[in-house]
Amino acid sequence: MAAETGILAYGAYVPQRRLQRAAICAAHAWFAPGLKGLARGERAVADWDEDSITMAVEAARECLAGINRATIGSLSLASTTLPFADRQNAGIVKEALNLSDAVGVLDVTGSQRAATSALIQALHAAAGAGRPQLCLAADRRNARAASEAELIQGDAAAAVLVGSGDPVARLLGTHSVSIDFVDHFRAAGEPLDYAWESRWIRDEGHIALIGKTLGEGLKRFGVTAGEIDRLVIPLPNRGVAEAIARAAGCRTESVADNLVEAVGDSGVAHPLLMLASALESARPREKLLLVGFGQGCDLLLFEATAAIGRMSRRAPLAASLARRQPDENYLRFLFHRGLLELERGMRAEAEHKQPGTTLYRNRRAVLGLLGSRDTRTGAVQYPPAELSVHTGEPTAGSHEDYPLADRPGRIVSYTADRLAYSPSPPLYYGVIDFEGGGRLVTEFTDASSESIAVGRMVRMMFRIKGIDELRHFTKYYWKAAPVR
Amino acid sequence: MATGIKDRVAILGMGCARFGERWDASAEQLMVEAYTEALADAGIGTPQIEAAWLSVAFDAVNIGPSGIPLATALRLKDIGATKVENYCASGTEAFRGAVYAVAAGAADIALALGVEKLKDTGYAGLPVRSRGTTLDMIGVNGSAPGNFAQLADAYGAVHGVKRPDLKRAMAHVSVKSHANGAKNPKAHLRREIDLDTVLNAPIIAEPLGLYDCCGVSDGAACAIVTTPQIARSLGKRDLVTVKALQVVSSNGWESQASEWNGSYLHTTRVAARRAYAEAGITRPREELSMLEVHDCFSITELVTMEDLHISAVGRGWTDVLDGTFDADGALPCQLDGGLKCFGHPIGASGLRMLYENYLQLLGRAGARQRRQAPSLGLSHNLGGMPTQSVSAVAIIGLA
Repeated sequence: MAAETGILAYGAYVPQRRLQRAAICAAHAWFAPGLKGLARGERAVADWDEDSITMAVEAARECLAGINRATIGSLSLASTTLPFADRQNAGIVKEALNLSDAVGVLDVTGSQRAATSALIQALHAAAGAGRPQLCLAADRRNARAASEAELIQGDAAAAVLVGSGDPVARLLGTHSVSIDFVDHFRAAGEPLDYAWESRWIRDEGHIALIGKTLGEGLKRFGVTAGEIDRLVIPLPNRGVAEAIARAAGCRTESVADNLVEAVGDSGVAHPLLMLASALESARPREKLLLVGFGQGCDLLLFEATAAIGRMSRRAPLAASLARRQPDENYLRFLFHRGLLELERGMRAEAEHKQPGTTLYRNRRAVLGLLGSRDTRTGAVQYPPAELSVHTGEPTAGSHEDYPLADRPGRIVSYTADRLAYSPSPPLYYGVIDFEGGGRLVTEFTDASSESIAVGRMVRMMFRIKGIDELRHFTKYYWKAAPVR
Repeated sequence: MATGIKDRVAILGMGCARFGERWDASAEQLMVEAYTEALADAGIGTPQIEAAWLSVAFDAVNIGPSGIPLATALRLKDIGATKVENYCASGTEAFRGAVYAVAAGAADIALALGVEKLKDTGYAGLPVRSRGTTLDMIGVNGSAPGNFAQLADAYGAVHGVKRPDLKRAMAHVSVKSHANGAKNPKAHLRREIDLDTVLNAPIIAEPLGLYDCCGVSDGAACAIVTTPQIARSLGKRDLVTVKALQVVSSNGWESQASEWNGSYLHTTRVAARRAYAEAGITRPREELSMLEVHDCFSITELVTMEDLHISAVGRGWTDVLDGTFDADGALPCQLDGGLKCFGHPIGASGLRMLYENYLQLLGRAGARQRRQAPSLGLSHNLGGMPTQSVSAVAIIGLA
């Protein structure tokens, strides 16, 4: 049998903090009591040190577990909340994943449909002679306080590795239309969306436009609406996906969970996040229809293969959803989103200027957490240096690259510092040792007094190290997250 | 094999400014305050000083770079003035420069002066500063309390000491230093405190509370050194000489090799061993008369008792609770109040420790004078943080 094109693996990442919608509504009850109807469930919240890049890295790591990273040919990052307007954001992800310099990278942006459009392009390329492409999507969403969007949205990332070979879901077809339907917009450089009336968006956009495209697509794919087992429509509004399904003739039970209760609408990432969710429970031969909506509509039809168990056993999305920290601190959320100015004290004035020269020279150690190992003794050291910390001898010729990011570590010492400035005090930091060798003085992230202790295991996570607020430069590095 | 520094250099005079929140004084004025006392004590004039070393850690928010501010403030005419910086161990480094110059025969009389003007920075605690362009990318933007707090949990974990027991021992360290500082007219903090005050204080960096942390002060301290022969020729009878002077710096071993367990200061252990060998001390707990150690935090003083090979490893906390290091204990520590209460103007601290041991040895320590006549005093001046430190150990004694 010839190699098939499709999804080879997928990953997902949902930040651990889940803000309770009831807490948001309670804060706004005096001003916008009408929001009360949305006070159900919780929304995932990226911590202050997470953004679309860091979340994409985590989703990618989940996706690539057990996969030889040397096989990857290209990487795309879809998002409309990328931290850099001119510096390839996907390139930072590539460095964090320690991918080869020969990997092509591309940012895809400008529409809520960016991820599905990029996925279509990647699948078509893979059907040729292309090497596997890692399609990432992430959004750290921004909305005004007391808006519906603030309640409905959530932060997340998803990853899909496409290529030819032995896919867990084979591609049966794609279909796209492009129509300048302006349900919302955000001008270049502006932080927040402006949206039109939701009833019009629902009737003319979601139900009519998606419905029409769905009809055309099914005809083109040569499948009937009844054959669709999982209809993945990334719309947060209750009942709208069901209405589209009914109009198209699909079974309403085929409508996939929109993850709004547990995550919120994660924007560009949401189609891929819902796809991951659907794939985690899919059985072989099931047909999945993925929809992307935004100034038009994308359709991708997949069929789960016998290999689907390979991924569903691992269930990266379910694992990420289970790594959950309920949160009722709405003020912290506002502060982290820059919507509330707090007195941060002088320590927050510290200089964060990043010399481009040092970042470039040290990019593999800093962004890739690459250490070195003595091939004769097995001794590991970080950061790599010309002379060995163990022997004082030159490392050239006797040391090899040694990636540390995916190695589990153990806490040697730690503190919860209430003097040092942190946007999320206290600042946790200390010393960890990696299994297999290597030591790091590190900040901890996603830590709490309950989760941190000497001897506790940690997993490294790619995070924001600091932000140069004067020059608007985000610095990235790795931090240790206690394993709960 | 080097013969060492023992008895080759004598302290001719010392001076120390009043430490504290010196809103009234500039760094230059503090330098003059310490220097004037030292000069009078030495019984010489400025033209007799042939070389000078200045220690200051936060020069950028203080007097600026180089040794020129020292030469300018003291009007040192036509001699070399050198600035040294080695984190919080800078004061002993300045002393080392002057002592080595005299021991080498390069200068007959040399000056060491340390100063810090922290209360012009606007910060409570030490100001945030860069650790260099490379370390700023991968290091932690932590604070001094946070860096030293880690000693406590690691110490507890390694030696099986429960948090409440360790907190009590740490509190004892601070209560003792406040009692001593109350008797010192130049000390920054001169109020006695009780155990409950320490234990119930707000947490600064887990598990260190407010009273586990030393004062952040303005101040200056100064030493004038010469050869024993010259000191005698200048009419000095009770000579205090340098018995040992050792400095050890981390080379990355603690923070990059997985061998150190985080519960002690490696550099202090090595520096102390070398200092005892240099001074010819074999039983430090019995032979030393008093200690001035780098009690930047209560836990630091506690583990330092072990790192100086005074207490058995893992037993420092019980020795502390037994009162061994109290003013009336077998080996008093921080008779002047220590960093905790005398205060910690970074660049001056190493010289301030030497100043207290010098006064004690000469019986000039006033209300806090040790009753049994002392013969040997050790000062331990620590810079950096446990993962990356520099330890300076100086032993001075009656000739």
